[in-house]
Formats: sequence, C-alpha cells, structure tokens
Amino acid sequence: MSITAKIRANQPPARADVVPLRHWGRGVFAVVVAITVVVIVNSLATNPNIEWSIVGDYLFDHNILRGLRKTLEMTVLGTIFATALAVVIAVMRLSPSKIISGTAAAYAFFFRGIPLIVLLILIGNLGLFFKNFTVAIPFTDITFWSRPVRDVMTPFRASVLGLSLAGSGYMSEIVRGGLLAVGRGQHEAAKAIGLTSGRTLRYIVLPQALRVIVPPLGNELIAMLKASAIVSVIAGGDLLTVALGISGRNFRTIEMLIVATIWYLLVIVVLSIGQYFVERKVAER
Amino acid sequence: MTKEPMTDDAMTDPSTADPSTTDSAATPMVTLRGVCKHFGHHQVLYDVDLTVPRGETLCIIGPSGSGKSTMLRCINHLEDISAGQVCVDGNLIGYRLRSDGRLHELHHRRAAEQRLGIGMVFQHFNLFPHMTALENVTLGPIKAKGVAKSEIEPYARQLLERVGLGDKVTAYPSQLSGGQQQRVAIARAMAMRPPLILFDEPTSALDPELVGEVLDVMKDLARTGGITLIVVTHEMGFAREVADRVIFMDAGRIVEEGTPAEVLGDPQHARTRSFLSAVLH
Ligand SMILES: Nc1ncnc2c1ncn2[C@@H]1O[C@H](COP(=O)(O)OP(=O)(O)OP(=O)(O)O)[C@@H](O)[C@H]1O
Ligand SMILES: [Mg+2]
Repeated sequence: MSITAKIRANQPPARADVVPLRHWGRGVFAVVVAITVVVIVNSLATNPNIEWSIVGDYLFDHNILRGLRKTLEMTVLGTIFATALAVVIAVMRLSPSKIISGTAAAYAFFFRGIPLIVLLILIGNLGLFFKNFTVAIPFTDITFWSRPVRDVMTPFRASVLGLSLAGSGYMSEIVRGGLLAVGRGQHEAAKAIGLTSGRTLRYIVLPQALRVIVPPLGNELIAMLKASAIVSVIAGGDLLTVALGISGRNFRTIEMLIVATIWYLLVIVVLSIGQYFVERKVAER
Repeated sequence: MTKEPMTDDAMTDPSTADPSTTDSAATPMVTLRGVCKHFGHHQVLYDVDLTVPRGETLCIIGPSGSGKSTMLRCINHLEDISAGQVCVDGNLIGYRLRSDGRLHELHHRRAAEQRLGIGMVFQHFNLFPHMTALENVTLGPIKAKGVAKSEIEPYARQLLERVGLGDKVTAYPSQLSGGQQQRVAIARAMAMRPPLILFDEPTSALDPELVGEVLDVMKDLARTGGITLIVVTHEMGFAREVADRVIFMDAGRIVEEGTPAEVLGDPQHARTRSFLSAVLH
C-alpha cells in the first residue's frame, strides 16, 4: 500500500456517524440509585407504624398552615433585618477607625460563635432577668419610655430577633467579601467626581458588591428557613412548634414530622427556583 | 488683596469666590508650595514647588517611581500631604488655615466638594462597570452636584459625541475597547465642567493602535482652551505638540522645567538627558 493510500484509509469518509463515548459507570450508578429509592419509598409506604392518611389529613390543617405562615414571616423578616445589620457591620469593619472596626469584629465574633439555640433561649427568657425595657438617660431619673419585657418580647419577636442577630454575624462576612471585591480604582474614580463616601457606597460599591453578595444570600435564606425550626424551643409558633404541639395531643409524632418536612422541602424548592432566576439576573452584564 | 491661603473669614467672603474679578483671573490654577509626601518612613515628594497658570497644558515626565502620580493625586487630595500646601483656584485643598495659624484637615464632605472642580482621568480608566457610558458621564453631575437628569443628559450626549462615541451611549464598559473606555472617562471628567483636569498616564494601558484616538481627544481639549490640563505622560510626541510647559521629575523632585523645546530638545540636566535618551531610543 502506498503512503497516500494509507492516509486516505485513516481519513473519515465525507459523512460519518459519530458514536459518543459510553459512560457505563453512570448507568450502573443510576440503577443503584433507582433501587435504593424504591426500597426506601416502599418501606415507608408499607410501614405499618406510619399512618399516611393522617399525613394527608394534617397537610392542610389550618393550624399547620398558620405555623407555616409564621415560619415564612420569621424567615423573611429575619433575612431582611440580618442583611441590613450585616451591611452596617461590614461597612463598620472596613472603617479606618480601630474602635469602629473592632466593635464590629467583636459583634460578628459573638453572634457567629453563640449557638442559635442558646441565643434563642436567652432572648426568649429575657423576662427572667430584666423586668422592663426602658428608654432613658442612664444614671438619671429621666425616662422617656418603659414597658414590661414580657409584653414587648413576644415569642414571635424574640424568634425574629434571634434569627436576625445570628444571621447578621454570618452575613456580615459575606457582605464584607463583596465590598472588598470592589477595587480601589472604583473608590478613587468616585472620589474624583466629588462623590462623598456615603454616596460612593450607595451608587458605586454596593451595586457592584451585590454580584458577590446575592448568590450566597440565597443560601442564607434557605439556611434561615431551616434555622427557624429551632425557635420551637421558645414556642415561637412556627411550623415545627405547631406540628409538635399537635403530635403531643394525637401521639403521631412521625406523621407530624413528615407533614412539616413536606412543607419545608416545598418552600425550599420554591426558594431555589427564585434563587436561580435572581442569580441569573445578577450575573448579567 | 493678597492671594495667600485664606482664613475662614476670607473663604466665606463672596468677592473672593467670584471668578469674574480681575484678581481671581490672575490667580494661578494650581500652586504647590513646599509639598512633601511620606508613605510611612518612605519619602516620595521633597519640597515640591509648582505654579500652573490658568488654561495651561502642563506635561509631567519622569522615570517610574519618581512621584509623578503621587504629586498629581495630592492636587485633588486623593493623597494627603505631609507638609506644605496645595491651592487650586486660590483655595487651599484638603485643609484650611484657622485663626490659630495652623492647617486643619477638612471634613471629608468638604474635600469631596473641592473635587467637584477638579477632574481626573486614570491610567486604568476606572469606569463604573455597572453603568452605561451615559450613566458614567451623568453620575457625577446628578449625584455629586445635584444637577437635574434632564438638564445634564443632553450635555452628556454632546460630550460623548465630541469624544467620538455618539453611538456608544448605551454601551457598558465591558462592551467597549480600552480606547473607547478612556474616551468615556474623559467625557465623565468633562461633564463636571471643571476648570482643571488631571491625567495620570491616560494612554499607558492602551494597545498602541488605540493611543492615537485618546491623544486626539486630549489635543482637542488642549486647543479649545479654557481648561487647565496637567498630564503625566510618556508620550513625548504629545508633549512636544500640545504642552505649554514640560516638567521633568526624578526621585521626588522637579529637576527641570521649561517649554517642550527646552526640556525635550535641549535638556540641561544629566538625569533629564539620560531619561530622554532611554525613552526616545
Ligand atoms: N500607597 C502607597 N503606599 C506606599 N508607597 C507608595 C504608595 N503609592 C506610591 N508609593 C511609592 O511612592 C513612590 C512614587 O510613586 P508614584 O506612583 O508617584 O510614581 P510614578 O512617578 O507615578 O511612577 P510610574 O511612572 O510607575 O507611575 C514609589 O516609590 C512608590 O512605591
Ligand atoms: Mg504613576
């Protein structure tokens, strides 16, 4: 065979079908997963100790729905307050003043360090060690406003406060990372056109930092939703509190936990879809 | 009336702020007196004296690290100075002389106000990436000066037209070439209608074929007159063509100054000569 003939033999014909590489491992994995899922679902569905009809009965129970609403309210309020606090703390941490940045660092350290359950129990039981909330000038008799702690710190408010404080510690780190991602040149260009530092933050730095801040914020929102279940320790009135309350009466703990789980997962699915679209929007440009 | 740095009382005197008085017309645009600058223990500027008359185009040349950028940044108080004083338009920049005879640092809001009259163009453009060309140009007038959007937008479009970007009004910086970005940055500085614009190596970050379009815009500015331009540059051709005066800096000092023909054509100092021969060959 001549050399040219050899080359020609190795060359594909003008129209050749392409056979993609087969990934056998993926197929095996899929079968294993499918079998596992079938086994689990079957064992749950046919388990004599789980009454599925009860799950169905309570899924749309109005107490459960009220608890769900409380959970959503707490999550949304907690995220809003936590984010606002986080921006303030992050900006303070970048201050050239050691006192201001040190205060912010101490705040972040404390609220990131303290377990949420401890924080919630402390806030929920503030009434045990303080009688009144008072707005006054310290060490004088001048008082502007005073109310009993018990009236002000309802379980719901205590829950929102606890979630906000705990969340703000974590989020301030995220926001700080976002602020630091905006380069020195941007600050200088803003200064050079005569913007004050406040306006520079608002019009130049924060909008750019948002690209870095928003994606992890979506995860924080989901984390906050799950963390909100912990407020059941101070009877925060949330989904889990209600579900456990009902189980205390009908002794159907597993069923009530399944009801709660279904709702948590549903909300997370919705949040994840929202997160996907927000991230795509932020990534534009 | 004396044109020494003014005290509190003089600053509030409206007659001194009025640019139409003959007195004010005679005031140099920029005056540096005995300016020193340290970064920690490292001294970068040594007793720099400089006077820039109104409407002048001044080019600053010198080797890397000689303090050109630092001096420029002291003029609009992006850097604070360690000693001496900087005046722009007769006003002390960044400080004020109180009746106790000492210089007190200005509140950052007042310093920001002073920068309204001093434009700056950076080596790396520093456009705001989240805004269109038009938004970049109008942001300063709207948010720093409080001009109405409807009032500034036609002028901003006109400026973009003037720098040859009439068709890029809605483009984002990432959609523009380096030369186009730098031209937007020049329009952004001009939108504030400053009597003074500082340029820090505006063409050093550009591909060679894009340098010309930016220099053309700057030549146009210099020839139209009215605005004082201080340009740190390595473009000797530009300096020769449009500069009224050239200064050569080395190791934190102004070593030589004169017309382009004097400094570039017949340098007196050995350091100027060795720098020029290194740059031109
Ligand atoms: N923020 C800073 N902190 C510490 N040192 C600095 C800082 N900025 C500049 N310097 C130092 O000051 C000196 C002068 O720097 P400058 O940027 O003014 O030089 P330049 O003449 O503009 O040089 P180039 O041509 O490279 O831009 C250099 O030695 C530099 O290392
Ligand atoms: Mg420089």
